[in-house]
Amino acid sequence: MQRVTEPAAPFLELNGISKTYPGVAALDGVSLSVSRGEIVGLIGENGAGKSTLMKVLGGVVEPTAGTIRVDGRDYPALTVNDAINSGIAFVHQELNLFDNLDAAANILIGREPLYGGPLRLIDRKALHAKVQPLLDKLGVDFKPDTPVAALSLAQRQLLEIAKALSLDARLVIMDEPTSSLTLTETARLLSVLNELRRDGVSIIFISHRLNEVKSCVDRVVVLRDGRVVGSLVGETIRPDAMIRLMIGRDLKSLYIPPKVPPGAPALEIEDFRTTAFPDQEVSLTLRRGEILGLAGLVGAGRTELACAAFGVDRRLAGTLRIEGEAVTIREPRDAIARGLYLVPEDRKRCGLHLDFSLTQNISLPDLMTYAVGPLISPAAEEKIAETQRHRLNIRAYDIATEAGTLSGGNQQKIVLAKWLAMKPRVIIFDEPTRGIDVGAKSEIYQLMRNLADNGVAVLMISSDMEEVIGVSDRMAVMQEGRISGFLERDRFSEHNVLQLAVGKTVN
Amino acid sequence: MLKKDLGLFLLILVVGAVVAFLNPRFLSPLNLANTANLIGLFGLFSLGEGFVIITGGIDLSVGSIFALLGVIFINLLVDYSLPWPVAVLIIVAGGVVLGAIHGFLVTKVKMQPFVVTLCGLLIYRGVARWYTDDGTAGFEFGQKFPALETLTTGRTFASDTFAGIPNSFIAFVVVALIMGVVLHRSVFGRYLFAVGKNEEAARYSGIRSNAIIAAAYVISGGLAGISAIYLAMYTRSISPASHGNFYELYAIAAAVLGGCSLRGGEGSVMGIVLGAILLQVLQNLVNLLGIPSSLNFAVMGGVILIGVIADMQLVRYRAYKANEKKRAGIVPLPAAAPGKN
Repeated sequence: MQRVTEPAAPFLELNGISKTYPGVAALDGVSLSVSRGEIVGLIGENGAGKSTLMKVLGGVVEPTAGTIRVDGRDYPALTVNDAINSGIAFVHQELNLFDNLDAAANILIGREPLYGGPLRLIDRKALHAKVQPLLDKLGVDFKPDTPVAALSLAQRQLLEIAKALSLDARLVIMDEPTSSLTLTETARLLSVLNELRRDGVSIIFISHRLNEVKSCVDRVVVLRDGRVVGSLVGETIRPDAMIRLMIGRDLKSLYIPPKVPPGAPALEIEDFRTTAFPDQEVSLTLRRGEILGLAGLVGAGRTELACAAFGVDRRLAGTLRIEGEAVTIREPRDAIARGLYLVPEDRKRCGLHLDFSLTQNISLPDLMTYAVGPLISPAAEEKIAETQRHRLNIRAYDIATEAGTLSGGNQQKIVLAKWLAMKPRVIIFDEPTRGIDVGAKSEIYQLMRNLADNGVAVLMISSDMEEVIGVSDRMAVMQEGRISGFLERDRFSEHNVLQLAVGKTVN
Repeated sequence: MLKKDLGLFLLILVVGAVVAFLNPRFLSPLNLANTANLIGLFGLFSLGEGFVIITGGIDLSVGSIFALLGVIFINLLVDYSLPWPVAVLIIVAGGVVLGAIHGFLVTKVKMQPFVVTLCGLLIYRGVARWYTDDGTAGFEFGQKFPALETLTTGRTFASDTFAGIPNSFIAFVVVALIMGVVLHRSVFGRYLFAVGKNEEAARYSGIRSNAIIAAAYVISGGLAGISAIYLAMYTRSISPASHGNFYELYAIAAAVLGGCSLRGGEGSVMGIVLGAILLQVLQNLVNLLGIPSSLNFAVMGGVILIGVIADMQLVRYRAYKANEKKRAGIVPLPAAAPGKN
């Protein structure tokens, strides 16, 4: 047996990749190489640039600078076809499977073996025969003709890998592949990764679960603010070392101190269990006049908690008290009647009617107030809309402007205007400044503080570290559906938040 | 919305003028009165259909409801000799109940409106035919209901020189006025648009979307009940196998011509009224211009197709113009807030 003495050239080499959007550098000179048969962990906070980097590799985003070398060929930018042809495959967090088709059809979609002839009929036998060896290789427990709808999340994950292998993938990029798997499923997936490595397939493994990263990768690369800030190999791959690299940027001070100390409890959530995490109980208390930050990684169950409190989703158990009084909330209108409002994460789908005018949007939740008997009084609703437009500085030509024509920041202000026109006691903000420009952001922070100073209790869900540390008076951190800890302002730090977010304790 | 209605109105005028030019009988008092009567009959239930379409649903069952409620209505008057006001109440209540069942199946059982009302279409037609042993239900010879007949098939202001306004048309106008206020001025109407446009956001704003959607089906059912009486009095005998066949399609056509989007959230009462008028004018055109009446549906289909295409083009053109203006910076920004937006 002859051994290759000189190390083979890496399969993937990124050199000085940058991607700038107007005003922001999403990636700033990222260099990264992945050898054949190597598993590289890629970690970083929300917004560190991981997804942009993956989009560059998938050929979806064109870098503004830098070169990409895949399998010895240089590219200034990959196209989607380049990426596929050179063997780069993705296993996405949101699985891209057709659950109305069976496993085999999903794997070979668009490349189905056909009987000859003009009808292009699919040769189902050949289809299944082609897929079987791939499934065998992964050791899966389902058949080529199993419908995807009948597969568990872990099985679907494996199906995506099979699909990647069928494309002759040489580099598989996995984005949070284990986030919805059980422990045994995760173990199964990790062992498949090891087998792939033995076959010389390279893997980029993106995960927030630092223990898994530790257990399966050869090397960890850490991104922060669009830069590679370090990498760890072998024994040095430890969660605390990873966290130390992930944090450490300068956070601008956004904090506006409260004018009044927090008062009596305004919202008490007791022993809540949501359908997303049926085994976890969540309790928290929010006081009048305070801004409580709810931090955690994406998918930690924060939005689900908010939706259960607001009555959008059914809750499995738990009681809710508003200003000390136990309330039954079955649907959002019950919450609204009690002065508990939600500014939802997905404002285009849940927060607004995009082709309603400012007026129609703002008056919607409280329309009866602007009505005489069953009829709407246009003067009354226009008056409130005009007042809110000035109060929140909504930049629109007039109150008849359709909400959908405005910028993200102004749309968010309309969502806020809806609630501020009523009598809020508790407002839950879910990712209040996502996709909003800097100016509007600070206006929204100021608004939140004004609300709190006027005795409203504010719960702010945010995945933006700068925001959650900068704006909150107190913080709760969630991890996998439970609250892993509370932090007072003097113990706010990226380190502490991340520790709690990945399920470690803070001393 | 207004501009759209104006376009439809102009189309009606143009079609009317052409028909009048080719056959002056179009403007004869008798022809106008007959057409107005048909507009009234078909317009009534088109309004209800429009409400359902605005919620993003559809009601395919109205034609069969006419057959079922129609034979029951005649049965109540002829065989049970009920006083006509009682029979009318029962029939309208029957329509409301059928609508409520549709609403329940759509909102609570979460069935698709198309499926629910398609089943209704089949079931009611079948039951109606079984109810009369597939025979024709009719009033007995010489049976008269003067007050009811005046209300349904009579004419107001009739004189030697004037054919009079059909009372069915007057009923249609009155109902349209009420529905117009409900849809465009009331809280319920706003909720209807909100739910039709974006049910999720409506729910997040505290609207009981299920109740709103169900109410639309109830309104459609109730108006179908009223229409069933008007149609029964108009035809005076009902063969349940064919009575009201395809009438739901007239209603859908009127609503779509009038600017209701089948995706929901769009439409106006004025549009539905104009749509109903245009459809009957077209029917009349086929008759008066000597076009084979077998081509009736083809003419209607052709006009709807062209009308909707023209409307889409117009919307696109307007959006393009608006964009152009924006690019040229004509849209003024408020003075207090320049800067990037």
